[in-house]
Amino acid sequence: MDFLRPASWEEALAAKAEHPTAVPIAGGTDVMVEINFDHRRPEYLLDLNRVGELGEWEVGESGVRLGASVPYTRIMENLRRELPGLALASHTVASPQIRNRGGVGGNLGTASPAGDAHPALLAAGAEVEAESVRGSRLIPIDDFYTGVKRNALAPDELIRAVHIKKADGPQQFSKVGTRNAMVIAVCAFGLALHPETRTVRTGIGSAAPTPVRARAAEEFLAAALDEGGFWDNGKIITPSVAKQFAALCSAACNPIDDVRGTAGYRRHAVGVMARRALTWTWESYRGAAARTEGVA
Amino acid sequence: MRVSFTVNGRRQEADDVWEGESLLYVLRERLGLPGSKNACEQGECGSCTVRLDGVPVCSCLVAAGQVEGREVVTVEGLADFARRRAEHSGCTTGTCDSGDGEGISLDEAQLGVPPGEAWGRAAKGQDSQTGEGVELSPVQQAFIDAGAVQCGFCTPGLLIAADEMLERTPNPTDADIREALSGNLCRCTGYEKIMDAVRLAAARQSEAV
Amino acid sequence: MGTTGTPTNITQGSGTRGGIGESTLRPDGTLKVTGEFAYSSDMWHEDMLWGQILRSTVAHAEIVSIDTAEALATPGVYAVMTYDDLPTDVRHYGLEIQDTPVLAHGKVRHHGEPVAIVAADHPETARRAAAKIKVEYRELPVITDEASATAPGAVLVHEGRTDHHVGHVPHPNILHRQPIVRGDAGAAARRADFVVRGEYTFGMQDQAFLGPESGLAVPAEDGGVELYIATQWLHSDLRQIAPVLGLPENKVRMTLSGVGGAFGGREDLSMQIHACLLALRTGKPVKIVYNRFESFFGHVHRHPAKLTYEHGATKDGKLTHVKARIVLDGGAYASASPAVVGNASSLGVGPYVVDDVDIEALALYTNNPPCGAMRGFGAVQACFAYEAQMDRLADEVGMDRVEFRRLNAMEQGSLLPTGQRVDSPAPVAELLRRVKAMPLPPERQWLSAGEEADVRQLPGGLSNTTHGEGVVRGIGYAVGIKNVGFSEGFDDYSTARVRMEVVGGVPVATVHTAMAEVGQGGVTVHAQIARTELGVAQVTIQPADTRVGSAGSTSASRQTYVTGGAVKNSCELVREKVLEIGRRKFGAYHPAWATAELLLEGGKVVTDGGEVLADLTDVLEDEAVEVEAEWRHRPTEPFDLRTGQGNGHVQYSFAAHRAVVEVDTELGLVKVVELACAQDVGKALNPLSVVGQIQGGTTQGLGVAVMEEIIVDPRTAKVRNPSFTDYLIPTILDTPTIPVDVLELADDHAPYGLRGVGEAPTLSSTPAVLAAIRNATGLELTRTPVRPEHLTGTA
Repeated sequence: MDFLRPASWEEALAAKAEHPTAVPIAGGTDVMVEINFDHRRPEYLLDLNRVGELGEWEVGESGVRLGASVPYTRIMENLRRELPGLALASHTVASPQIRNRGGVGGNLGTASPAGDAHPALLAAGAEVEAESVRGSRLIPIDDFYTGVKRNALAPDELIRAVHIKKADGPQQFSKVGTRNAMVIAVCAFGLALHPETRTVRTGIGSAAPTPVRARAAEEFLAAALDEGGFWDNGKIITPSVAKQFAALCSAACNPIDDVRGTAGYRRHAVGVMARRALTWTWESYRGAAARTEGVA
Repeated sequence: MRVSFTVNGRRQEADDVWEGESLLYVLRERLGLPGSKNACEQGECGSCTVRLDGVPVCSCLVAAGQVEGREVVTVEGLADFARRRAEHSGCTTGTCDSGDGEGISLDEAQLGVPPGEAWGRAAKGQDSQTGEGVELSPVQQAFIDAGAVQCGFCTPGLLIAADEMLERTPNPTDADIREALSGNLCRCTGYEKIMDAVRLAAARQSEAV
Repeated sequence: MGTTGTPTNITQGSGTRGGIGESTLRPDGTLKVTGEFAYSSDMWHEDMLWGQILRSTVAHAEIVSIDTAEALATPGVYAVMTYDDLPTDVRHYGLEIQDTPVLAHGKVRHHGEPVAIVAADHPETARRAAAKIKVEYRELPVITDEASATAPGAVLVHEGRTDHHVGHVPHPNILHRQPIVRGDAGAAARRADFVVRGEYTFGMQDQAFLGPESGLAVPAEDGGVELYIATQWLHSDLRQIAPVLGLPENKVRMTLSGVGGAFGGREDLSMQIHACLLALRTGKPVKIVYNRFESFFGHVHRHPAKLTYEHGATKDGKLTHVKARIVLDGGAYASASPAVVGNASSLGVGPYVVDDVDIEALALYTNNPPCGAMRGFGAVQACFAYEAQMDRLADEVGMDRVEFRRLNAMEQGSLLPTGQRVDSPAPVAELLRRVKAMPLPPERQWLSAGEEADVRQLPGGLSNTTHGEGVVRGIGYAVGIKNVGFSEGFDDYSTARVRMEVVGGVPVATVHTAMAEVGQGGVTVHAQIARTELGVAQVTIQPADTRVGSAGSTSASRQTYVTGGAVKNSCELVREKVLEIGRRKFGAYHPAWATAELLLEGGKVVTDGGEVLADLTDVLEDEAVEVEAEWRHRPTEPFDLRTGQGNGHVQYSFAAHRAVVEVDTELGLVKVVELACAQDVGKALNPLSVVGQIQGGTTQGLGVAVMEEIIVDPRTAKVRNPSFTDYLIPTILDTPTIPVDVLELADDHAPYGLRGVGEAPTLSSTPAVLAAIRNATGLELTRTPVRPEHLTGTA
């Protein structure tokens, strides 16, 4: 095993180009477990800790460019307003110690369906900035997950950052685990309301071979909100709409039975989380709308 | 490979480090600092918690090569670290007051513990109920006083995490304490005495201010 | 009602600071908070090698061949050993039955069984070399439950059994069977106005101590070996290790290292023999440290169980009878299974008075992971089932569940189903009364911080699954009975060596025992006893090792009772000798030397009236007084193999719990809000430690109620979750406040009237939590742990 220690992003890209099998390591929260337990003996480890810009973020006009290694703790503490869904998801990641080390780049690189960031990224709408010595590209999050623990990165590419739209409406994230802290998701659900485009987006974790969106549920809800004039009148969403939305989210799952839970439970729990997340976000939207009117 | 970094205020070098080794292994097996415990090696128990550039992390998940040139504080250096923090109150990063070479004496620290010394060390201090003569940080003293130590295997990691939490949040609520320590498993105490200890340390700390 | 008895009154040493009854602090506390305390995994030796074990990848198979050539040729590898390399004909070990091969011979019987061992100069070298050992298996069908174990033509897990249980079991795949028959349960059932029947399942729990198995073996010049080890019983290890090595016991010198928790999981050997074999083979010190994955295969677990119960009661709420069948899965090797069967059967009705009882408990041999000792030991599984039954029967009768229990509660003088009379306080009804009387936590406690829900105080915790939706509170009660000490005729003794001398001008006592301090605080208590009995301030506790006689096991809640009793006894003998010296030297100067009752207080000899007769420094001068003596509790006797009758136990420990839970009924997630406990401890030698034990035991019971289970694939008998990622134990956010009410009613037969403390709280915690979840959900819930899918109909 060789340990590569690039001092800059350019060096890191060069190293990855020269050794495409090199395994990038930043927070170490996935890679080191595999090494400690003899599950993996990569030829090269590519340490990204010395590439400082990976730990930085920029808040722009419409979005956030989040460095791949920005620790979850920083996201929780500093980006709650811009990225509320991701901030909530970050708070559910493992333990404080892990949140101090791990970042979104690791979740994306591993592409485990259980990664906590995925549902929030799917719901918010994100693009993954991948780069190699050949150049840089933005991969829409919808195209990023290609299979169980597989992603759209080329062998010579590294994740530089994630571009996430700033929240234009309420966002929520919930995850079910069989413990009240430090637990891997049995399943997870993210929801973002996008009042500007009058759309909603969802993300589901650990309930299919890859993180997925519940597109039918999104379309149903967007149509229902439109038809009822809900975006404008701010009325309470009817129980039948919430119920149908939940059912469609459940239907978007394609889960398995494993030691963490049954497929049946996962489908059920995603439905419950979807209904609650819709209630929370919609109540928040109505509250915000009411306050805006009050000010006006 | 060779790795050089600062541990408890002292420059340390480790040679012939296998590239897959963790910071935890280097501390325990190469630098004679076995206070950080190995209980799961997958970031699920917190027993190996150390501060890396001031931040609590699981040292089992930090590759040895990643700590090159960086600063680590382990339980062995906690009392000294807390004393310096108190002296330079205002510095909370844990990095601004180290590097003057006055860390815990690693000349005395052997590689691990020689056999026979295991309980011999304990026997020496057997009747000193409060650890008289040994400098302890407020959190360490509170863990002893509150009965938060049973087998003690989780204790080093909990101390690092609790000390850092009190640095950030001097007057924590119970929920704050539980959240901050939710990455540290304890199997003996049921956590109640640990809660007592952290409350005690917080109270003593605010009294002292 | 049941509250007869009072705390012990102490005369000798009552004026000495730091004696019994005080919450003195741990002598090892400073070392443990500074990282200086040396656990078995911290040992280091010049020129030391690392041992690695190769374990079976299948549960049941014939070993066709083992090829170690490539592993041996690996640079840095010093030795590779298999069964064929064992030095003597003694190639098996075991606590009671020597059925466990040191290394697999011809066959593996469970997933993770040791097949070969390697010593190398770096752990990674050892791991790589072990991976190069080629083992060819021919798989056999797996025995995984009672049906497959006793099916016609079932493969025998152990062929040609010769152990002392084989004569009374109905099938060779049944390790031990114990019926308890008293009265006529069939006739009594006809008198019952209400009868409830239930089938219950208890999952496989792991001790999950935080310090994995580890130790260091150092070859000695005399051909022997020094072993630094974390264990629960040094002398039991020694008895099993020495014959395999072909060494006399005095050439295997064992010293206890720091032990990172035990809970029963260190009663059996793990890496002890392997490290010694490699050290003797290579002539170099060998350290073995399991990682967490290996630890799940490296020790026995709590027996999973299937329990079938029938309870009956009259209209006025009196129990008529109990019939029960308890099937414990012992896994591939015997370990402590026979004693677990004895406890499950003899304590199978719980702390209640029932005249007509018909119980059968048995342990199976299967190809599942071996099961043995864990805190509560057989009584835990039974308590889960009989307490569920008591709730159901109370509902049938139409009585309050706590009152129904109190009405049937045993008390001093009651008979157990074994015919044994309970001859010390049994405040079962009082414990229930107390735990029920405690104030309840406020409703909707998650709003305590303000209008916003604090998710940390809700089911799901930080995962943000509910802000109060679907959350229903439930309350449940349970009470249990656990025997203290080794039962069924076992010669349960401890040895203590106590020395008193003047050091640096002050009298100092030194206590030397082989007691395994595993975290429970025995070392604290020994020092307290010595201070009290010898009236000195300074006590030195010697490291535990095999240079002193056996202290028995740190298990069965017995150490404070038995080794504490031995320390007390040896101190008394030392005191007598000291007083004898005093009488010889100073008797002529004061008549009280001959006539008064003399005490040692504050470093002086005093009369019971408080008059000082002499300083201990003057009595002892240069003389040292030392006594090493064995001490045993009252003898017990075996249970009759057909009827289960017999005075099998020496003491009982009782605890009651009230659980308050909040259940997200839609998602099936549980937040335990409070877990109150009342326990009788006879005499709290160290109140702080006593409460710590109760809270720790309570939390382990909580764990197996809602999350902890080793999941074994029923088709392959392979463990599916050997990691802390998927074997979950409670975090601090899963653990509630645990108010503890300690009762001190002396057991006149025990030292200071004390009662073993450690296990009882683990019994009633689990059924109390389950009862509370049933109360919240209205579901029957007959298995533990209860998982979200059981609460949502999606299992």
